[in-house]
Amino acid sequence: MLELRDVSAGYGSFQALFEVSLSVKAGEAVAVIGPNGAGKTTLLRAISRLIDARSGDLSMEGCRYNDLPAHEVIGLGIAQVPEGRRLFPRLTVEDNLKMGAFTPAARARYRERLDFVYSLFPKMKERRGQLAGTMSGGEQQMCAIGRALMSQPKLLLLDEPSAGLAPVIVQSIFELVRRIRAEGYTVLIVEQNIQQVLKVVDRGYLLETGRIRASGSSGELLASDDIRRAYLGV
Amino acid sequence: MEFFDVFLLEAVINGLLLGGLLALLALGLNLIFGVIDVVWISYAELMMVGMYAIFWMYTIQGAPLWVAFAFGIALVAVLGAVMHWFVIRPVLSAEPINQLLVTGGVLFFLQAAATVTFGVEFRNLGVRLPSVNVGDINLSMARLIAFAVALSAIAATYLFLNRTYMGTAIRAISQDRAIMPLMGVNAGRIYLLTSAMGGGLAGLAACLLVLQYDIHPAIGLSFGPITFLICVMGGLGNLVGGFIAAFVFAQFISVGGFVLKIEWGYVLAFTFFIVTMFIRPEGLFAKRR
Repeated sequence: MLELRDVSAGYGSFQALFEVSLSVKAGEAVAVIGPNGAGKTTLLRAISRLIDARSGDLSMEGCRYNDLPAHEVIGLGIAQVPEGRRLFPRLTVEDNLKMGAFTPAARARYRERLDFVYSLFPKMKERRGQLAGTMSGGEQQMCAIGRALMSQPKLLLLDEPSAGLAPVIVQSIFELVRRIRAEGYTVLIVEQNIQQVLKVVDRGYLLETGRIRASGSSGELLASDDIRRAYLGV
Repeated sequence: MEFFDVFLLEAVINGLLLGGLLALLALGLNLIFGVIDVVWISYAELMMVGMYAIFWMYTIQGAPLWVAFAFGIALVAVLGAVMHWFVIRPVLSAEPINQLLVTGGVLFFLQAAATVTFGVEFRNLGVRLPSVNVGDINLSMARLIAFAVALSAIAATYLFLNRTYMGTAIRAISQDRAIMPLMGVNAGRIYLLTSAMGGGLAGLAACLLVLQYDIHPAIGLSFGPITFLICVMGGLGNLVGGFIAAFVFAQFISVGGFVLKIEWGYVLAFTFFIVTMFIRPEGLFAKRR
């Protein structure tokens, strides 16, 4: 579904990604793991076209989209839950969800999608009139995921969904990811919380200093000595 | 004493009517600032252009009044979009002071253009609406209409902002500009639309003012600074704050001007503004950042 070939990207004179290649097939859940500063967020920003790929190819369902304006990427069926959730704090929960259905195609299905998101997250239905900025971190993450689901994406990008949340909430966020998978969504998730994320995905890539260092099934990565030593502390 | 009270009441009502008009102007300026983060110092000059456009269409071309009004609103709406595209867009990432200066440049440009085209004489449409007497109170029909229309326009804008996708995006964009593309929103289009809307509101204000005031190239100066101060007092970009501040300001002008002298109303209003700025520099109703 999503295919990156030799993608390099960066900011100004700083290069954050070096010839990164990865693919996500329909129905898969794939994780990009790696330490802080490895370029994980940059990778998702490049996929969403928030920054330009300096070289290499981005393609979605066989279509190269390197030059597509960022606001049209959602039309390809790619929706992103950005790092730190980035809800509109002074809009209500429902207005935040409405923003997720901004594109004309999504507007046509607004009611249906809203019902779907509310059935997935009944708590959001209770909080529909509340200002998003006044909710707890975990609730905000639900709202942010719900907002991305409003456009009925083919591929959901999740940027560090567990970051900044209390450990007990982190558990429930990964549980959410599992449920979204069960709904049939294809997911690409970027995480520092390696142990947890590898439990909910099929495959993973290890990104270090802008380069893919390893890839494999979750089981292989969890069993890999390098990863165990460097990241799992065992 | 009874006489005095009736006139005081009249001043309060006139202040209320003026407040509606100022609230309309403040709404347009605030809307643009809230979305684009640039203050259009020349906002009232757009309104002045609208007044001349109505004058030209009605008095010179002899078109019906409603055609002249529609023309004025449409022209200023287009002018708002043009202003954004050619003046603001190139300096979007510039220093705020430079953004302010270019809109100041537009102010002088429009004033000079109006002077060259129409001269410095005071013009008016020659439309005189009757006054309405309620008991001992004497109210101008033009002001009553202006008040009703201004409030309706504000209500319509409010509904637009709260009920439509575009309106929701306009409210959202001021809260997090950077992620708008992830929502599929083309920020450039929102900017253009907002600028045209702000222009349209100035055009509507022109229709209402042209029934009450003479047109001259500097008429913008009678309304521009005060609109700006109202927006600052209400918390720049805060639509509700600007709405309330407009009515507070108008009361100072109207009642202050009645109790003392007309000019003193403005002195009081600006004194109140200065004191407010000392106590709450971010405005009376500053939104939480």
